[in-house]
Amino acid sequence: MNWQAIRAIYVFEMSRFFRTLLQSFVSPVISTSLYFVVFGAAIGSRIDQVEGVSYGAFIVPGLIMLSVMTQAISNASFGIYFPKFIGTIYELLSAPINFLEIVLGYVGAAATKALFIGIVILGTSALFVDLSIQHPLAMLSFLVLTCVSFALFGFIIGIWAGNFEQLQLIPLLVVTPLVFLGGSFYSISMLPPVWQTISFFNPVVYLVSGFRWSFFGLADVPIGLSLLAIGGFTLLCLAIIWLIFKTGWRIRA
Amino acid sequence: MSMVQINNVRKAYQDGFEALKGASLEIHEGEILALLGPNGAGKTTLISTICGITQPTSGKITVGGHDVVSDYRGARSLVGLVPQEINLEPFERVMNTVRFSRGLFGKPKDDALLERILRQLSLWDKRDNRIMELSGGMKRRVLIAKALAHEPRVLFLDEPTAGVDVELRRDMWKIVAGLKEAGVTIILTTHYIEEAEAIADRIGVINKGEILLVEEKTALMTRLGQKELRIELQDPVETLPAVLAARGLRIEEDGQVLVYCYDTAQDRTGIATLVRKVSDAGLVLRDLQTRQNSLEDIFVGLVSKQEDAA
Repeated sequence: MNWQAIRAIYVFEMSRFFRTLLQSFVSPVISTSLYFVVFGAAIGSRIDQVEGVSYGAFIVPGLIMLSVMTQAISNASFGIYFPKFIGTIYELLSAPINFLEIVLGYVGAAATKALFIGIVILGTSALFVDLSIQHPLAMLSFLVLTCVSFALFGFIIGIWAGNFEQLQLIPLLVVTPLVFLGGSFYSISMLPPVWQTISFFNPVVYLVSGFRWSFFGLADVPIGLSLLAIGGFTLLCLAIIWLIFKTGWRIRA
Repeated sequence: MSMVQINNVRKAYQDGFEALKGASLEIHEGEILALLGPNGAGKTTLISTICGITQPTSGKITVGGHDVVSDYRGARSLVGLVPQEINLEPFERVMNTVRFSRGLFGKPKDDALLERILRQLSLWDKRDNRIMELSGGMKRRVLIAKALAHEPRVLFLDEPTAGVDVELRRDMWKIVAGLKEAGVTIILTTHYIEEAEAIADRIGVINKGEILLVEEKTALMTRLGQKELRIELQDPVETLPAVLAARGLRIEEDGQVLVYCYDTAQDRTGIATLVRKVSDAGLVLRDLQTRQNSLEDIFVGLVSKQEDAA
């Protein structure tokens, strides 16, 4: 293992994050606050409680998931797409490193950033609502796993993308709808039966549900199924990335 | 001793274009080899294949005895690459990006070494500048610094002076000479013949994916070197006397000049006899001039010969 290389990529990527700390830190705080004002205060005052949890607190796990997923994807996809775009990828390809080391560096950094933002949002939420976390360890594991798996997914998008438009395409057209329809702001049981059935085909439902369980002990789907979903998704992404590097698809001419 | 061995390397792209058609080449340790070729000859593809940016379709390449495919870690850690395009992150700072390169090649942090490299390239004062604040020439130096950051044994410079002004080109040559002194093997591609002539020990000519020849620069120039003798006459002639025409002379500049081509490698160049015959024919000499064929003439000759054959 070329640990120096992993470290170099990780440090380099993180320095980009710290260079834009204001954007990295302030923007999630502001958007979270806005969500609380709109959903928590305005709408939440009419919903009151969902399955015994105040609506303001109920949306916290979904809100964190929403940001963590989009941040992990955008950080990782940009991280690997940018060198491709400006041509510095030549250095990665000519360095004595293998795909695992490249992935560990880029995905590690993207996941760290997403985790950081997730924790910032959690902290901001605590300012607005009373939060209790029933299973802190499970909560943290879910958060980390989500950061990692969606950073892996973002890495694939970054390699696939041929231009900046494509880079935005999947997050915008696929991920955002899946997250919004994945029970971030409501319980699946609040939906009409048909939509409930459809919802169970949405992978994000399993993640949000599992994450919410770690907070309040209540879930739309069994926790084991949630774990299976996130584990399976991680493995799938890893397999795809392994294949990409093995074939050199979109990387090596 | 051979540093890089390239054996019958083919590279075909997906669209069927064959950029390398069985190229073979041996690069000696410590030499400067210039790869000369027109645009699209396969220079960059050859370098990319050695450095791991593309995979060869067939054939075998070793660097320092390490196969570039099966033992890519061993091979690549010996190699530094300065690409043709200025590929740099505009927002990064010079020192950071050089440090990144060293780490990427698995070397532990060594800022003292990086300082030496940056000083050698006159970049030390710019170490905290963002790349986008630098001039084009400075950016090229940053690329060299990045390539040198992991102390490579072999350095590939892909058209290091393309689009660079004369002064910077001379600077670049000095840098290359300095690296050679430090024991680094250097391969540079260029389509400036002048450049190959000025700094290379050996010259390889590549065209249409084939290496046409590789030879010591001086040997190449003598072997293929033709000399031209120009005889300026006092009074112009209209027709060449038969005895001179038989020796292959030709008339130029309205009969004012006679031109004779000869091979410097031959034992007898026939100049003495020729000059005698010119006076015997009743022509009065005003001046004599000889001109050595340049590498450019050799190069153009080789490439056009290949085109004729095709």
